[in-house]
Amino acid sequence: MLQVAQKTDDYLSRFAQLEARLAGDGATFLLPIRKKAIERFAQLGFPTTRQEDWRFTNVAPIARTAFGAATGDGEAVEAQQLATSALMQADWPRLVFVNGYVAPQLSSVGKLPGGARLESLAAVAHADPEALQQHLAGYADYQDHPFTALNTAFMEDGAYVHIPKGVYLEQPIHLVFVSTADAEPVVSHPRNLIVAETGSQATIIESYLGLGDGVYFTNAVTEIVVGENAVIDHYKVGREAQQAYHIGTTQIYQDRSSNASSHAVTIGGALVRNDINTVLDGEGAQCTLNGLYLVSGRQHVDNHLRVEHAKPHCDSREFFKGVLDGHGKAVFTGRIIVRKDAQKTDAKQTNMNLLLSDHAQVDTKPQLEIFANDVKCTHGATIGQIDENAMFYLRSRGLSEPASRSLMVYAFASEAIDRIQPQLLRAQLRQTLFDWLPEGHRLQDAR
Amino acid sequence: MLEIRNLHASVEGHEILKGVNLTVNAGELHSIMGPNGSGKSTLAQVLAGRDTYKVTQGEVLYEGRNLLEMDPDERARAGVFMAFQYPVEIPGVNTAYFLRAALNSIRKHRGLEELDAADFLDWVKDKMKLVDMDERLLNRSINEGFSGGEKKRGEILQMAVLEPKLAIMDETDSGLDIDALKIVARGVNTLRSADRAIIVITHYQRVLDYIVPDFVHVLIDGRIVRSGGKELALELEEKGYAGVEQKNAATEPITS
Repeated sequence: MLQVAQKTDDYLSRFAQLEARLAGDGATFLLPIRKKAIERFAQLGFPTTRQEDWRFTNVAPIARTAFGAATGDGEAVEAQQLATSALMQADWPRLVFVNGYVAPQLSSVGKLPGGARLESLAAVAHADPEALQQHLAGYADYQDHPFTALNTAFMEDGAYVHIPKGVYLEQPIHLVFVSTADAEPVVSHPRNLIVAETGSQATIIESYLGLGDGVYFTNAVTEIVVGENAVIDHYKVGREAQQAYHIGTTQIYQDRSSNASSHAVTIGGALVRNDINTVLDGEGAQCTLNGLYLVSGRQHVDNHLRVEHAKPHCDSREFFKGVLDGHGKAVFTGRIIVRKDAQKTDAKQTNMNLLLSDHAQVDTKPQLEIFANDVKCTHGATIGQIDENAMFYLRSRGLSEPASRSLMVYAFASEAIDRIQPQLLRAQLRQTLFDWLPEGHRLQDAR
Repeated sequence: MLEIRNLHASVEGHEILKGVNLTVNAGELHSIMGPNGSGKSTLAQVLAGRDTYKVTQGEVLYEGRNLLEMDPDERARAGVFMAFQYPVEIPGVNTAYFLRAALNSIRKHRGLEELDAADFLDWVKDKMKLVDMDERLLNRSINEGFSGGEKKRGEILQMAVLEPKLAIMDETDSGLDIDALKIVARGVNTLRSADRAIIVITHYQRVLDYIVPDFVHVLIDGRIVRSGGKELALELEEKGYAGVEQKNAATEPITS
């Protein structure tokens, strides 16, 4: 415990330096928020497995590591290296961040239609802080979530996306977060704010990627505000490096008749926690939370979902699938809260897991809290192994054991991948899955 | 091609096959008939390499090789094919992909060039006509949502595509209406050839009106109790398995 307390102090003393450095910079409205957040973090400390929300995920490795502050080092990343490994697409407007800071030479925004904005949060905070004031830190809860508190205290850069009323962005916006840690462990706190005004529509892709072999910690928060009748498709593709820690919150706020989807695909990282929260705060809003996690070695992946139905006639759909190999461990928590007024709520939750090894482990837990009396809520979780009948069938036709196994895993996972809308991203993720599978290259044309 | 000698097999400690002897040569079509629980399906599964069945005694030689030592996929590549009594539904696995992957693994083993998607499509289209199957089924998941008849015809289609040397039909006729049965029989008859052996395992004599066997064997309680020509099937039809078994008590079983 003593050791953990020391590392908490590291963050507190570093906050003092940050405070001094940021004094007088544009976004003065943020200073009191940062202060409240760091004070809250000091009170909360790092979570322990004694807390219900963290029961199956032990963050002690993060708490006891002395992470230095990451510095943006865009020069260290070659555009070519990025293009091949970051699922990038030339014609997608993109902002690339290296170790949490924008790298303009790797980014390519172009001119977005309808006055839409895609800018570095740091730049906006400096030059146009009023743009951020209404929404930034207004949704992601830093009172009860220590990592969100840390992010709120330390946030500097990330993406600011603003889609004005009625504007439709045809091309997905791509936010790429690259970490290059090699020697010393470093932490970055990317912070994104995405605001979709009334009747607008856009697709946002967040990619997290590790290019170094070292230990690093990405502590990310993305707030997404979906205005009345707006449509947002959000994707978070986590391909952090083998030794990386990733704690990330996707916080969605939905107004009347809005439609939001968020897909979380996790492939890399030593310890990954995705908090995905949405508040359906207007009648007739719909949300879809989908996910896929491929876990092997000694990886630990925790998807923690919280859907709050605050108003009537809202629909929510959750569909998460996981494949676990080796000593991999996954956690799924699906909390659905239906407030007293949220009559005619229709909520559905599905979590399916495929275990490929006797040592892999899954903890899956639905949590329904229903305060309304006219609602439809269903949930289902499965943990299974590869169907031996199917394996025998495939093998009896000449497919080798590994090829049959890969085909079965592919069939299981593709149900999640098929829900991904941008065709290009879907194809890239399918390729990522092939790369992950033994003899996966033979499946290239399995469609 | 196939020599089964004194084959004993058990599942979960229960002995099902109690000394099966059978020789099958290229060009021959054998029918193995027997009542429920006689061990027919066990025999088929053991030959295909299902590991839930434990061989406790005896041996099986396929083209002179010890078949029992080969993995199921190795057997398939060597030319052994079993049409499943209950074809397995595999959601998410595209039928066309599966068939091509299977064919290519076998072609590769035979030293033939692998087929690409377009060549494969040409290859499979003809075979689909043989079993009266809609090409659209190729784009569906394996057996998923197929009717019982479609599944059985699908097995014949796979056999036609993979061109095995030894095909074992495990109750492929069970549960088929007469139209589907005729289609299955046409498929099997078309695939009869001088260098291929076929074993038709069945519960019912009816299928043998359409597929005329060279030899008929009666399997009862894990042993072949009678062997004969196609007329044995008619005798069975008349007297039932009990009648045939009684007769067996007095005579030595014949193996072909």
